[in-house]
This record gives sequence, C-alpha cells and structure tokens, in this order.
Amino acid sequence: MNEWRATGSMQWGWFLLALALLVLLPLGFDTHTMSLLLIWALFAMSLGLLWGYAGLLSFGHAAWFGLGAYTYAIAAVNIGESTVPLLLAILVPAAGAAIVGAMMFYGRISDVYMGVITLVVTLILFNFMSATAGDAYRIGDARLGGFNGIPGFPILNVPGMPEVSLFGVPMYYVCVAALLGCYLLARWLLARSFGRILVGIRENEARCELMGYNVPACKTAVFAISAAMAGLAGCLFANWAEIVTPGVFSLRQTAEVIIWVLVGGLGTLLGPVLGAMALGAVKLYLGEQTVIDNSLVLGLLLIFVVLGMRRGALPTLQGWWDSRRRRLSLAQGARRRLGASSEPTA
Amino acid sequence: MDYAGVVALEILYMIAFLALISAGLAIVFGMMRVINLAHGEFVMLGGYTTIACVKAGVDVYLAMLVIAPLVVGAMGLVVERLIIRWLYGRIIDTMLATWGLSLLLVGLVTLIFGTSAVSVPAPIPGYQLGSYQMGGYNLFIIGITVLLLVFMWAVLRFTRAGLIARGAMQGPEVVAALGYDPGKVYMITFTVGAALSGLAGGVLAPLTGLLPSSGGAYIAKAFITVITGGAAAILGTLSSAAIFGVINQLVSFASTPVIGEIAMLALAIVLLRLMPQGISGRFFRGGT
Amino acid sequence: MSGVLETLDLTMRFGGVQALDRVNFTLHERELRCLIGPNGAGKSTFFKCITGQYRLGHDNGRVLIRGTEVTGASTLEIVRMGVGVKTQVPAVMNGMTVHENLWLAARRLHGWAGSNGVVDEILDELQLGALARSLVGELAHGQRQMVEVGVVLVQRPWLVLLDEPAAGMTGPEVERLAGVIRSINQSASLIVVDHDMEFVRMLGSNVTVFHQGAVLVEGPPAKVLNDPRVREVYIGNRAAA
Repeated sequence: MNEWRATGSMQWGWFLLALALLVLLPLGFDTHTMSLLLIWALFAMSLGLLWGYAGLLSFGHAAWFGLGAYTYAIAAVNIGESTVPLLLAILVPAAGAAIVGAMMFYGRISDVYMGVITLVVTLILFNFMSATAGDAYRIGDARLGGFNGIPGFPILNVPGMPEVSLFGVPMYYVCVAALLGCYLLARWLLARSFGRILVGIRENEARCELMGYNVPACKTAVFAISAAMAGLAGCLFANWAEIVTPGVFSLRQTAEVIIWVLVGGLGTLLGPVLGAMALGAVKLYLGEQTVIDNSLVLGLLLIFVVLGMRRGALPTLQGWWDSRRRRLSLAQGARRRLGASSEPTA
Repeated sequence: MDYAGVVALEILYMIAFLALISAGLAIVFGMMRVINLAHGEFVMLGGYTTIACVKAGVDVYLAMLVIAPLVVGAMGLVVERLIIRWLYGRIIDTMLATWGLSLLLVGLVTLIFGTSAVSVPAPIPGYQLGSYQMGGYNLFIIGITVLLLVFMWAVLRFTRAGLIARGAMQGPEVVAALGYDPGKVYMITFTVGAALSGLAGGVLAPLTGLLPSSGGAYIAKAFITVITGGAAAILGTLSSAAIFGVINQLVSFASTPVIGEIAMLALAIVLLRLMPQGISGRFFRGGT
Repeated sequence: MSGVLETLDLTMRFGGVQALDRVNFTLHERELRCLIGPNGAGKSTFFKCITGQYRLGHDNGRVLIRGTEVTGASTLEIVRMGVGVKTQVPAVMNGMTVHENLWLAARRLHGWAGSNGVVDEILDELQLGALARSLVGELAHGQRQMVEVGVVLVQRPWLVLLDEPAAGMTGPEVERLAGVIRSINQSASLIVVDHDMEFVRMLGSNVTVFHQGAVLVEGPPAKVLNDPRVREVYIGNRAAA
C-alpha cells in the first residue's frame, strides 16, 4: 500500500533469474568481455542512482571511476596484497566526492554549475595524470607514468592469500558479485526514507527543505555513495585491463556513461545497467571495424534520445506497455458494457 | 627586461586566445542561455575548413577570415534548425544534445579527414625580442582578437541589431515586445556564434597540427571562461579571460604548462563557487 | 512580554530600494494575523526575512521566535523549531501523489507506519481523501494549494506562516481554507499574507497593513479596512476622496 512508484521496488523473481543466468554463464560463454560489460553496468548504475533518483547530473562521473582505478593500482603496487587496495579504491573516491559535493551543495549552486564543476574536476584529474611522466612523479613505489599510465600492478587475490590471484573466471564472479551487491544496496537505500527524501529533493528541493530535511547533507551523501560504487567499478576495470591510463578520466568516458544512463532509462536502476551493457557491446563490436566510427554512433544516439525519447529506452517501453494495457482494459470494459445491450454490428 | 617583455606578451596572447575561442560561445550563452558543448568542434571545423582551403590554393587570410566563418556559420544554422530550436529553456537537455553533436562531428571529421594531424604554416614570420625568438603570428592573433571584441562591442552598442541582441539577453519577451520574432533572433544569434567560432578556428589553424579531437581542448577553456564571465558577453568574457590568462601563464612560467592549466581549472572552480552569477553578475550588472 | 514572533527594527535594502524600514512587529501566542498591502509594500520581503529565506546580517535588525534569536538563521533551522512555511511560489512535489507528499512531510517527525496515520488525519481535515492517489502535478491550482497547506500542517507546527494560500482557489475552496485556518488557530499562531480582501474578512482577525516598507496601520479588520489611509494606499487619492 505504501509503495512509491518513484523509488521502484525489488523484483526478487527477476533478480534471482538474473543471478542464476550470470552464475551459469561461464559454462557456455567467454567471461572476459562479459566482465567488462558488468563493470560498465556498475559504473552506469552508480550514475543512474545519483541522476535518476536524486536528480543530480554529474558531467564528470568518470572522475570517481578513474580515482578508483588509480587508487587500486597505486595501493596494490605499494602493498602487494589486494584487500586494502580494494577498500581504498572505494573509500578514496567517496572521500573526494564528499569534499567536492559538500563544497557544491552547501554552496547552493545550480544544476548548470554542478555540471560545469564536476566536468572541470575530471579535466583537472585528466590533465594532471597525463602529465606525470618520469620518475619524479610517484606515490610510494608506484610511478604514475603520465600518459602511459601504470602497468603491471598485482591484481585482485583471495583476501589474505596474495599468491592466489583471481584471474579469469574468478574475476568474472567478482564482477557479478560487485554489480549485484551494489544493486541490492541501491535498492535498500531507495526503499528507506533516505531514498524517498532523494526523490523529494529531485522533485522540489525547496519544499524538501521546508519539510525540515537537510538537503545539502543528503545530496552530499548520495554523491559520495555513487562515487564509491563508481570507484569500485574503476578498481575492477583496472584489474580487467591490467593497466590504468589517464583515459579513465577522459571526456569520452564521462560522456559515454551519461549516454548509457540516458538511453537505458533515467529514473530506474535497471535501465542504466541494460543501457551500458547494450551500448558497451555495440562499442566493442564497432571497435573491431573502421567503417562506422563509434563517436558518430554515440553522438547520433544521444541527439535522438534527447530529442525523442528523453526518458530513455526502459521507461519509454514501460510507458508504451502501460498505455497498451490501459487501452486494452478500457476496450474490454467498453465491450462488456456494450455487450449487455448488444446488437450485432452490421 | 626582455624576459618581462616575453612574459607580458605571452600573457596578452593567452588572454586573447581565451577571448577568441570564447567569443562565439559567449554570444550564444549570453543571449540565449544555451550551452553549446559542440562549440569546440565548431572551432575545430573552422580550422579544418581553413586548412582544406589553403591546401586547395586559396589565400590563407581569405580562408581563415572569410570562408571559415561562412562555412561554420552555415553549419550552425543547420544545427539550430534541426536540434537547438526544439530545446529552448531546457538547459540540461541542450547540454546533452550538443554533447552528442560534438561526438557526431568528431566522428564525421575522423571519417572524412582521418586521424593524422593536418596543418598549415603560419603566414607571419617570427621576430627577435632581445635574446628570445618570438612567434610573430601570436601578435596577429592578439590584433585580430582586439579588433573582433571592439567590433562586437560597437555592434551591440550602436546598431539596431545590437539593441535587439541586448534585448534578447534580458529574455524572449523583450525581443517580442520590440516587435521581433524571438525564434528568428535566436536562429541568427546561434548562426553568428557559430561563425565566430569558425573564425577563431581559422585564425588558430596555423598554430599546431589539427586533429579531430582538437575541439576537446578548446571546449573546456571556452566553457569555463564564458560561465565564469557570466551573462555580459563582452565585459564578462574579457574579465574572465584576463584572470585566467594571467594565472595560467604566470603559473606556467613558474612551473610547467600543465600545472598552469590545472591552476586555471582549479581557479575556475573557486570562482564559480564564490560567484555563481559569474563576474558579470557580481560586477557588471546590466553591462554588455 | 514578547510574543511568539517578534521583529525589532527589521530593515532590508535592495540596491536603491528600501524594502523594509525598521519594522517592529509582534505576533502573540495563538494570534492569527493577516498581512496586507499593495504590491511592493514589503509583505513578501518581510515574509522572506522571518522565514530565513533572506539571511539577515548585523544591520538588518532582529527577529525572535518564542524569545529565541533567529536573526541570520537558515530556513532549515527555523522550520526545525516547529515553524510551518508556505511560500508564495508553490512548492510541492508535482511528480508524486498527494499521499506521498504528505507522507514525506510527516515522516520527519513520525515513524514509517505512524506517518500513514497522520497523513490520513490531514486528508480528512482538508477533504483531500479522494485525491490521495492523484499526482499533484495533475491537480487544479487551487487543489495544489490545498495540498501544500496540508504538507505544512502535517508536521503540526505551532507557528504557521502562509504566503498567499488562497491564490487560485475557487470560492468554496477559499471558505474551506478559512475554516481550516480558524481551526488551526485554536492551537497554533498564524501569519497569513494575502491580497484577497474577502478572504481576509472571512478570517476576521487582526490585520497589519504594510506600505512602502513600513507598518501603516494595525488593528481589527473592520477598523483597518475602513481606515481612509488604507483606502488611499490601495485605491489612490481621488477615489478615496
């Protein structure tokens, strides 16, 4: 009775089905590509939570993705065992986002300025990391490597056992666990009052404050949580690629995740996941040939979605489905009423 | 003494550079509150147009000062009619659609021109300042920028078109109240903005090798210059270009160009946070 | 004896305009006061100052709520003291249902299930029950106003500040609103800013007339509304003569 359409609900049936499919996937399919798609899905979902539910569009979400990747690489080179680096890869982006977020939200800046500031933060990171070539730029034992990045760091291992690395299929399962785990966390947050306050902030921030909610604090919190998830995705990406380069902070990367979320469906958690996986697959396929350029396709897609299908694929499809059902039941109702005093039509 | 001269010239050049690449975006943002994230690509297209013309034998000055603005202006017109026109008032949607446009343009240019850099030589030779070798073309850029800004200011202040434009900066109702169709005014504005971007791209083309991805470098700087400048298209942009130009160059000279650029970006964040209405909002209320 | 809301020499300037000129105002416990005045008189500025929407500095005077200094306090701090605010610009969540709006407002002070009970009470009081599942954005303007009043009341504030609550309402809705306000007044203090003279007469409470940033006249409605100075300010010299 008290379910809010705006925050969605946990569909356990579909979730368990997806879980089963993902767990069984390695039996028939190559996990390497699928891992990457799951990583992108997690990255997109993190933005989907922030943008779709709290209404906060970050034009620089790649900053946290990249910070997660770099933090992991640097920490792994210095520590050797992967548990602490993994934790740091989640905490450092969260802390960074908390600082930037507090600066923005307690300053009551508008949407446009939030877009500009988040974009500039990503640019700063990109420029900085691209310029750190040479031995002088290092954190501990890790050379930042400038444009070439950091190669050859230890990848994830079983916690406590640095010799047992999680390469190949185990890495895939780690990605599955990360995506599904974060999905559950996001669903949990949305089901609580916090999720409803976020939707309230998105709908009318002024009224939310007049209701007595600390709006800047809530915004900073969801910004940090979203960054933590993006950081986790970045860390997994670093492990997948076995190298981190400044490209993780690129304008391209931050534009892509926005497109995935928008095309997949703003206002849902599943939309961004599906959008990322579908468009990611398209990108990988396009990358293998040179006739159609990936930028071209993405660009056209973004334009069309903004002009025509603003809410994204999933909500639009849901909308068609809902209105079809409504029309069908209206027609059925009408037929029943007419049937009571029916005359055969000519 | 010479060194001071060099530094001063470099600062002037950087200010001119920022103002030049921001002019088109400033007009569009100031008048229409539209944030065109494809602006960098318009500049890039101006560059490619110039280089293609020069390689076809056209005089370089004609290519950069006349043909480039015309070609890119025409593209701007098409873009406005097909995309921007449907999104007025929807500022975030405009940012997204123009971001898509920028990706599209990069893809198209890559398809047509390939991914290797193209360039033309600078038509003005270098000169000596004391013991330093200076690029003569930079002086040309400074000169063109000054001329451009003066011309824009004169148009806005003294012509009827300028009056309509200043009205448009207040809002579409003012334009309508003056008896003009806001839709047409915005269409012309966007076209002019695109032409200015093309001009900037043309003028800057002889500097370095041009790549399809060059737009990316321009958009960030133009973006922060315009937004920090605020609504006053000329005064605001000039003020922020001045601040950023000075900081960028001073820090660059003190350390490295990359650190200079980062300092500029970081300063942008601070200024935006402190002055959400931009420099114009704080200091030049109602100015041009 | 200080009242539930008091302003001392409240002053506000915007550029060259003196919006408020050393306004001294007192609202007593359980009092209902209407603020009226022509456009530009300073009513809205006054409202924004006492609700924290304009953050006050040292030279803006003082505002006290139940003896507590709230000069310079933020809207959040003031609302959390137990003050309910309805702004002139409608502020409700259009994409959510009436029930969801009220529930969210109630939730801050009640538990998850308890909020439902409080919401049902308010839906009853304001006769919004039939609209509970409707999206606020799809309601008529007057209905949306009523929902916003509900959102304010659901937190049971002891001081209620309403800026033009009757705007856009139909005749019967205005009467209902007046009834609601009078019944809240039995346990809370209220300030109502409005232009609608009929509404002000319906409320039948003391009236404060603003003019050019200062209090012109204060008193019972019959006396104030018949005061020649008030008529002059609203209608102009010749008509009053």
